[in-house]
Amino acid sequence: MNTTTSLGQFNPIAISFFLVFIFFTLGITYWAAKQTKSTSEYYTAGGNISGFQNGLALAGDFMSAASFLGIAGKVALNGFDGLIYSIGFLVGWPIVMFLIAEPMRNLGKYTFADVVAFRLQQTPVRIASSIGTLVVVSFYLIAQMVGAGGLIQLLFGLDYNLAIVLVGCVMLAYVIFGGMIATTWVQIIKAVLLLGGATAMAILVLSKFGFNPLTLFAEAATKYGDEVLAPGKEVANPLDAISLGLSLMLGTAGLPHILMRFYTVPNAKEARISVMYATIFIGFFYLLTFILGFGAMVLVGRDTILHPLGAAGAIDKSGNMAAPILAQVLGGSPFLGFISAVSFATILAVVAGLTLSGAAALSHDLWVNVIKKGNSSETEQLKVARIATLLLGVVAMVLGIIFKGQNVAYMVGLAFAIAASANFPSLLMSMVWRKFTTKGAVASILVGTLSALILIYLSPTIQIDILKNSTAIFPLKNPGLVTIPLSFAVGIIVSLFTPEVGMEEKFAETEHLIAGDY
Amino acid sequence: MSERLKSLRALANQRWRISLWLTVMMMVVYFGFILLVAFNKKLMGQTLVPGLSIGILLGALTIVTAWILIFIYVRWTNNNYDDQLEQIRNRR
Repeated sequence: MNTTTSLGQFNPIAISFFLVFIFFTLGITYWAAKQTKSTSEYYTAGGNISGFQNGLALAGDFMSAASFLGIAGKVALNGFDGLIYSIGFLVGWPIVMFLIAEPMRNLGKYTFADVVAFRLQQTPVRIASSIGTLVVVSFYLIAQMVGAGGLIQLLFGLDYNLAIVLVGCVMLAYVIFGGMIATTWVQIIKAVLLLGGATAMAILVLSKFGFNPLTLFAEAATKYGDEVLAPGKEVANPLDAISLGLSLMLGTAGLPHILMRFYTVPNAKEARISVMYATIFIGFFYLLTFILGFGAMVLVGRDTILHPLGAAGAIDKSGNMAAPILAQVLGGSPFLGFISAVSFATILAVVAGLTLSGAAALSHDLWVNVIKKGNSSETEQLKVARIATLLLGVVAMVLGIIFKGQNVAYMVGLAFAIAASANFPSLLMSMVWRKFTTKGAVASILVGTLSALILIYLSPTIQIDILKNSTAIFPLKNPGLVTIPLSFAVGIIVSLFTPEVGMEEKFAETEHLIAGDY
Repeated sequence: MSERLKSLRALANQRWRISLWLTVMMMVVYFGFILLVAFNKKLMGQTLVPGLSIGILLGALTIVTAWILIFIYVRWTNNNYDDQLEQIRNRR
C-alpha cells in the first residue's frame, strides 16, 4: 500500500491549529501571571488545584510524545512488543497511589527533597536530592527537545534549530510568567486535546472494522503474520524484560515533575483523587494505543511508516510518524494538522513540567535551603526561581541543539531508571523506616544515580547501538534490576552503621504528619 | 503514649498495611505478565479467538487490574480512613 504523505512540507492547517493553541495558552499565561505573586503560587499554584483538575494535569505531565507517537509507532512496526511499554508506563501509577502521593502531600512543600530531608540534615540531603532531580530532568529534557525538533521538522516543515528555539521560548513564557498555574492549565488543555484526538482517531479506525478491535487485530495478523500478536525480539533476554519492567514501574514514583504535582492540591484526599483520575485517563489512553498502533499497521502499512517521506526518503526505525500518517489516512490534511498540533502541545506541556521541577530543585533546594540556610525573602525566592527557570530553559535548548540527529530514544528509559534508582528508594525509606539516616539517604541517592549512569554507559544500548562496538560489558539494556536493589541496599547498610541522635523522636513526628495529623 | 497517639499510629499502620498488600498484588500481576512474556512466548502468542492472543488479553487485563486495585484503595480510604482520621483529629 502506498500512501503519499504531506510530512516534511509546510503545513498551513497544522500551523493554524498550533497558532490557536499558542495564543490561547499565552492568554492563560497572562491571566496566571497576574495571580502568581508568591513562591507557593509559582511552585504549586497555591495548592488550589482540585483533584480532578490535577488528575488531568498529571496525565498531561506524564503522557509525553514518546508515549503517544513512540508507542503507536512501536506497535505499528513490532506489534505486541510495543504494548509492553504501554503497560509498563501505566503500572507505576498504583504504586504512586499506594506508597507516595498522600504522605508526600502531607509532609512536603515544593520538592521531593522536602520529604527526604524532613527529619534528616538539610544540607547534604538537599544537595544529593537536587543531583538526583537534575540528572533525571536533564535526560528527560534532552529526549523531549531532540524529539520535538525532529517532529516539528517533519510535521510543520520548520527548521530543526528554529523548532528547538520555538519550543524553548514558548515553554519559558509559560513557566517564567505563569509558573505552576499556567503550567497546570497547559497540561490540562493538552491532556484534553490528546485524549480527545486519540479517541477520535481510534473511533475512525474502528469504524473500518465494524467497531470490533478483534477484527482489526485479526486483520493485522492476516497481513503481517500471527507473530504480531505475540512477544517477539524486543524481549529476547528475559532479564532485560524484568529490568525494564522494574524501572518503568518504580521510575514513575521517582519522577520529580510528577511528584511536584501533589503539592498543587489542597490536601491528601485531593492528592488521592488526582491519582485516581490520572490512572483512569492514562490507562484509557494506553488502551487506545493498542488500536492506534494496529490501526496504523493495517491502514497505513509498515513500508510507509518506515519511509515517512516517500520510498526515496530516509528510514525512520522509530515509527514515530505512524500516528500522524494514520491521521492523514483517516481524515486528510486537516486531521493530520490537528494531530500535529496536539503532538506539539504534548511536548510543550511535558517540557514545562520538567523545567519547573528542575528550577524548584535549583532555587528552593540549593539556593534557599543550602546556600541561604532558609533565610531568604519571598521576593528574592521568586526572583531566583525565575532565573533558575530561564537557566534551565536555555540549557534545554542548547542540549537539544547539541544532540541533534543523535539517537536519544534510550534517554527516556534512562531517566526512568535513574528516577527509580536514585529518587524512589530514598523517598520510600525516608517515609517508612525509622532508622534511615542522613548518610544513608545521601549514599542511596548518589549510588543510585552513579550506578545507573555507569551501567547504561556499559550497556548494549550505548556500546553496541551507539558506539558500534561488538560487545558490551554489562549485558542488560536497562540497569534497573541491578541499580534499584543496590540503592536500597546501600541506603540500609549505611544507615545501620551511622545512627543519628534523636532519630526515634523525629520519626514519630514524621509519622504523625504522614498520617495527616496536624 | 496517649490513647490518641496510639489510635493514630494504629490507623496509620493499617493504611500502610493495606497499601503494601495492594502494591504486592500489583507487582505480582505485572511481573507475572512480564515473566510470561519473557519465558513463555508461545503461550502468549496463542489466539483464543481470531485477533485475540493470550498476550493481548493479559496485557489489557493488567491495565484493568491497576484500575481495580486503585478503586479498592480509594473506596477504603474515602469510606473508612478519612472518617477515622477525622475522629482522631477532633479528640484533642
